[in-house]
Amino acid sequence: MKLSTYNFLTSMAIKGVKVGYPLKLTINKKDVIESEFNPVFIQRLLPKLDWSAVYSAAQVAELADDIPAAQPDNVAEDEQLLQRLHHLLFEIDVLEGQLECPETGRVFPITDGIPNMLLNEDEV
Amino acid sequence: MTKLWKKYILWFAQEHVDFRVAEFESIVKLFSLQFRNLSEHRLKPFWLVEFPNDETAHQYASRSIALRSIIELYSHAHTFPEFHKQLQNHVHSHQGALKEFFKATSFKITVETYNKHFSQREKVEKIETMDYLPIEGAVNLKNPQVEWWYLEFWGLDPTAVPAEPEDILFGRMLVHGQRHLIKQLSLKQRKFIGNTSMDAQLSLLMANQALVRDGDLVFDPFVGTGSLLVSAAKFGGYVLGADIDFMMVHARCRPSRISQKVREKDESIRANLQQYGCADRYMDVLVADFSNPLWHRRITFDSIITDPPYGIREATEKVETKVNPKDNTRTADMAHYPSTSHYALHHLYADLLEFGAKHLKLGGRLVCWLPFHREDYNESIIPQHTHLRLVANSEQPLAGNAARRLLTYEKHIEYIKEDALNENSNDTQLTTAASQNFRERYFNTNGEIESRQERRMRKAALREQGRLEMEMRGKLPSDGRAKKCDLNKARFN
Repeated sequence: MKLSTYNFLTSMAIKGVKVGYPLKLTINKKDVIESEFNPVFIQRLLPKLDWSAVYSAAQVAELADDIPAAQPDNVAEDEQLLQRLHHLLFEIDVLEGQLECPETGRVFPITDGIPNMLLNEDEV
Repeated sequence: MTKLWKKYILWFAQEHVDFRVAEFESIVKLFSLQFRNLSEHRLKPFWLVEFPNDETAHQYASRSIALRSIIELYSHAHTFPEFHKQLQNHVHSHQGALKEFFKATSFKITVETYNKHFSQREKVEKIETMDYLPIEGAVNLKNPQVEWWYLEFWGLDPTAVPAEPEDILFGRMLVHGQRHLIKQLSLKQRKFIGNTSMDAQLSLLMANQALVRDGDLVFDPFVGTGSLLVSAAKFGGYVLGADIDFMMVHARCRPSRISQKVREKDESIRANLQQYGCADRYMDVLVADFSNPLWHRRITFDSIITDPPYGIREATEKVETKVNPKDNTRTADMAHYPSTSHYALHHLYADLLEFGAKHLKLGGRLVCWLPFHREDYNESIIPQHTHLRLVANSEQPLAGNAARRLLTYEKHIEYIKEDALNENSNDTQLTTAASQNFRERYFNTNGEIESRQERRMRKAALREQGRLEMEMRGKLPSDGRAKKCDLNKARFN
């Protein structure tokens, strides 16, 4: 799972959960897969991102030094920051780990890089 | 020179005919192309159109899957004398522009006749009727500098070929469409496929319908083996997918190739994208149940391309508590597999349209298939949503009485939450009766249950009818078996 995907996932499907965001991320094993830097795509993605979840993901991935805690005003013009965002959001692949619902503590496992967001029948 | 509109022949492959108008409109919209005087007859393989310049034609050809080639038109007529007169006039009046092609060192003329066969000799004779063309170069069939095409259209019905061709056309080959991609992305060579993988041609057509552009974010909520993501990624989209089937998403389900006993370790949706050189476009796939909300409200997709399960090859499922759960002897430490129940097609489409209304960008497109029985087709079975406008609807016949339609919706109103709360139940309109029993009726050709004897009698009656029609057309019914016996006898005598 890439950290860009992480930024959009919620656990609001669980019965009784209202927001279910952001999920608590734990990384047990990760991989770095280099990919082509596409500034246009990142700029288009930026307004959709939740910066606090980007920052917390950076902390878990031990890249917090690269990413400012609060969203700077002119991210789009800062080529260097865009590069670092690209690395954080698209090149880090969480192979093993888990996502935890902030309200209920329900854990969604990530295996082979694929998160399993399925719920049991008594949870929906 | 910008005002010099030119005429072109759009030469289409005669396959998935119902999809080509929709594809044409999509590509025109994608590149904001200008065109005029498009020919009326949309079933013909040759369309005539005017573009403002060659560049427009090249842009159109750079995406079209239905298109074979674009030919710059020199002459078009319905009779031979008229055709030659026009061609001579065109060559005369465009002397300056055509000089470079007629002066080229090598050339080739190809004769293509639709719906009537001609021998090589007859084709050469046709070429020789145009001996007035001021061609200076030498013939080169392998690697010519200029290619001219002479086309004759002999109607669409192979049982009623007219005495004279309906259209005679001549022009210079300009550019080919993208049909080579069909072979390049063929399922035969693909790393990871399953029972429901969409064939390359249709999935490319879907990506065109979805107006996938470089840098788009594309989502498939019923991803399966990712066959739709492949074509979207090929056109530059960043792809994201989800599916309820854990084994499928992890590529550990039973292989669908007959020669393959177990899945190879490196099979995956990502591997498919790598195979076609678009691994950079892979975002993620995840295991998730589409009937439950998963995505943050903020995420918007540029397009959603999907082929929902119809319950034929792949079950329609969602996670739900069964009314009478089986009493079992599970203990807490055993792995638990959530129980699934039937996800009725009309609920699935209602959820899909609602999801599209919520998560598409304004102007973004939802492209999906709807299975149905041809006898109950009418406009009202098409699911509707207040926020989505249906922009295209093309049919592909399936086995027997079944068919499916490729529906393309465009989001035209911004989704507002309060709004939806008030009229939530009215947002999606669709008749439940038609879709409810698609699966049951698919397996009974007439839509009703018939015994084996009834079926045999029905088929025999059909064969008899076919034989009579053949006789009426003056064709002698040939008995294949008797012919074979005669051949064998002749061999021994």
